[in-house]
Amino acid sequence: MKEKVIICKQLTKKFGDFTAVDNISFEVEAGEIFGFLGANGAGKTTAMRILCGLSRPSSGEAQVAGFDVYKNTGSIKKHIGYMSQKFSLYENLTVAENIRFFGGIYGVSAREIRDRSAELISKLGLEKESDKLVGSIPLGWKQKLAFSVAIFHQPKLVFLDEPTGGVDPITRRQFWDMISEAAANGITVFVTTHYMDEAEYCNRISVMVDGKVQALDSPANLKKQYDAKDMDDVFYQLARRAKRPAE
Amino acid sequence: MKQLSAFITKEFYHVFRDRRTLLIMFGLPVAQILLFGFALTTEVKNAEMIIIDHANDISSQKLISKFGSSGYFIITSSTEDKAIDQAFKEASAKCAMIFPSGFGNDLLRGKGAKIQLITDGSDPNTAKTILNYANAIISSYSQELNPLPAPSLQILPVPRMLYNEDGNGSLNFIPGVLALIMMLVCTALTSVSVVREKELGTMEVLLVSPFKPILVLISKAIPYLVLSLANFVLILLLSVFVLDVPIKGSILLLFLESMLFILTCLSLGLLISNRTASQQTALLTSMMGMMIPTLIFTGFIFPLDNMPMVFQWISNIVPSRWYYLIVKSVMLKGLGFEYVWKETLVLFGMTLVLLAVALKNFKTRLS
Amino acid sequence: MSVIKVKDLIKTYEKGSVVALDKISFEVNKGELFGIIGPDGAGKTTLFRLLTTLLLPDSGEASVEGFNIYKDQTVIRSRVGYMPGKFSLYQDLTVEENLKFFATLFGTTIEENYAIIRDIYDQIKPFSQRRAGKLSGGMKQKLALCCALIHNPQLLFLDEPTTGVDVVSRREFWQMLHQLKSKGITILVSTPYMDEAVRCERIALLQAGKIMKIDSPANIVSAFPDMLYAIATNADGYRILQDTRNSGLVSSAYAFGESIHITLKANNPDSLPELRDLLTTRGHANLEIREIHPSIEDSFMRLMKDTDKIPATQNQQQ
Repeated sequence: MKEKVIICKQLTKKFGDFTAVDNISFEVEAGEIFGFLGANGAGKTTAMRILCGLSRPSSGEAQVAGFDVYKNTGSIKKHIGYMSQKFSLYENLTVAENIRFFGGIYGVSAREIRDRSAELISKLGLEKESDKLVGSIPLGWKQKLAFSVAIFHQPKLVFLDEPTGGVDPITRRQFWDMISEAAANGITVFVTTHYMDEAEYCNRISVMVDGKVQALDSPANLKKQYDAKDMDDVFYQLARRAKRPAE
Repeated sequence: MKQLSAFITKEFYHVFRDRRTLLIMFGLPVAQILLFGFALTTEVKNAEMIIIDHANDISSQKLISKFGSSGYFIITSSTEDKAIDQAFKEASAKCAMIFPSGFGNDLLRGKGAKIQLITDGSDPNTAKTILNYANAIISSYSQELNPLPAPSLQILPVPRMLYNEDGNGSLNFIPGVLALIMMLVCTALTSVSVVREKELGTMEVLLVSPFKPILVLISKAIPYLVLSLANFVLILLLSVFVLDVPIKGSILLLFLESMLFILTCLSLGLLISNRTASQQTALLTSMMGMMIPTLIFTGFIFPLDNMPMVFQWISNIVPSRWYYLIVKSVMLKGLGFEYVWKETLVLFGMTLVLLAVALKNFKTRLS
Repeated sequence: MSVIKVKDLIKTYEKGSVVALDKISFEVNKGELFGIIGPDGAGKTTLFRLLTTLLLPDSGEASVEGFNIYKDQTVIRSRVGYMPGKFSLYQDLTVEENLKFFATLFGTTIEENYAIIRDIYDQIKPFSQRRAGKLSGGMKQKLALCCALIHNPQLLFLDEPTTGVDVVSRREFWQMLHQLKSKGITILVSTPYMDEAVRCERIALLQAGKIMKIDSPANIVSAFPDMLYAIATNADGYRILQDTRNSGLVSSAYAFGESIHITLKANNPDSLPELRDLLTTRGHANLEIREIHPSIEDSFMRLMKDTDKIPATQNQQQ
């Protein structure tokens, strides 16, 4: 029985009259690549924020990396990594400085930072760029670097919020190679994306519609269930039924 | 024309639908007027004074009671000199007075009695004021004690505060508040409004249209012009009816001069908006770059004549300094145009220059 | 008849150190639905800003409806319809106020050109009194499109209109574009989504400031130089990918959702059985491998490789 890295039971979040997250329940196993899909406005972002320890649920339970989302948000944050499309690294710090900074705030020792940082930079092929400002390197490299920084402190679980938005197709795939490698090394990956082909790379997918989890299964099973030729079709079928206007 | 009015209408929508900014725009002058008028004053009232009377005779007691009844001091008696030290450290007293044991004797024997007056020098302005009050009380008591033949060569100053018989301390601030508010609304808010379009991306769409770009600036300025005039009226009403400060001069002249100053501020706002790309920068530039010099160099908080020459020269390029002079002259002194034409000319010149530069620098392309 | 003509356009930023567009040339014909396809940073927005005269190029020529982008800025700006990338409309004005404003801006009224926008506007009409800031992403896009069309332009510039919009609205948007095209309006649209490329008549594949190819989607994919095969994968996709790359038999292998697209070294179809055996010994039995038609994405990636635009990484086998 594999360890459960995320456990949600009837998790709900209300803002006044509006129920953003409506009684969702699911579990994520260690080493899984879990795709968390849903249209903007479906409640995805709110749910993710709760799981990252950034927002308090209105009711229900959730444990992330073994810590309670009500009482131990500090511990949650120490044990997870996070990367989003909107922000990942500081543009006016160099590559090396960014690694040092994020390593430092996650409590990685100075020596380990030095060692791992050299390894990371050479793996990404960024030796020549390590002293360049992040703002000046191409987007694709930025995203790959950001992912590496997010898992630098070897967390159990990493949250990726649309990490490949707008990136060229080759870099996208290189990025997913990195995700797969991390998962093979035991890091659980919780990822949201709008690219439906990327949904196929996940072990399991959940689709949120109107605040509820409307589908939760492996891509293969979902396609069978919805008689769809690909995940795009599955998603379209589900999204079309949404009553809540997408953000 | 229809386009212009549609644009101006849109700008008014933006202004009125932004409740928070509206609150600041009108709340601020009211708050400032009330604060300056009633609460903030450089007068000193209720200064805590510790008195140590080693003499304890009729003369000292009489003087002490004069202090007590003056209304400016709250008296605490003590017998220990040490208490003074403690009180100043705790800031429970602002001044202290010590009567030596031979006070009454020295006074009556014509030897000249001494009193020690101690004030808290870490707040020099207050200390000076307190000393002045204390000296005034003491010399009036002194005079009482010497009622007999007035010396033949005597000088009796008869003070009179021209334009302000009541010595109303708030007078100073009204022109200052006017200048400040206009700066805020016309410079800061206008520049933010223009830059917001750039930030939101709507400026691009506006540019790719037949609408002349210059009209964008004009349309953005007009609501703030109107609101500044409304503020102007509001401030005047408050000063007349709440602070009892009448408008001695021509209201029309005041109005026209204020319009001029509004234009100056608007030009400044437009100039700032040309060069900034984010609302934050626009706001900061307006605040730091404009309002702080306005506060310092206008002369309504810190007298200009006390400043080193360099700063006085600098103050000459701060538009609000000239406006302040004009308002003082017209509103408080009741003077006519013949007395303020020089300042008006300066302001006019400044406006022309600022406007010309702003319009010339306005970019019809993105950079 | 060309409505847009671009020749050797160059645009740099930061005093020449950042090259946004590197000698771009293409033409768009009247009534075409022309797509600029490329990821972030390819130069799409720069191109649109040059053509709408918001920016001046470093060098090169371009004309829009016969007008010169250097000199005829006023004319061009009053003729075209433009929807910039992060266009958000006026959030605190209502739908109707926004539309009315833009109509007046262009010297027209909503009523005058209502016929053109009716099909689109009807979808958001029930919300006409709602503040634009409170609309969903899809509705905002529709409103923005209406505002761009309200003065009846014959040429539309739409910069990434579907980015950030939900998948249902995206499909609806393209349907609307096709309807507009059928009315004879020329449309230049940009998108980073490869799957949207097929909905255009002709496309230009843009990467790092250069156009890699211009043609119809069909022609581009048929020009793919090698045979393309798909290996159907299941849950084991990553390992199959690695084993395939390490087999020494393929010249490229990329993940494509539920399959892996490969090209064989020397295009030798006899390698296929060998590959299949190799993969079986690695534990992947009964894999289905079949020849497929390339997609735009396959072509884009191949062109990136051929024009040497591959971003560096250590796992470089492709």
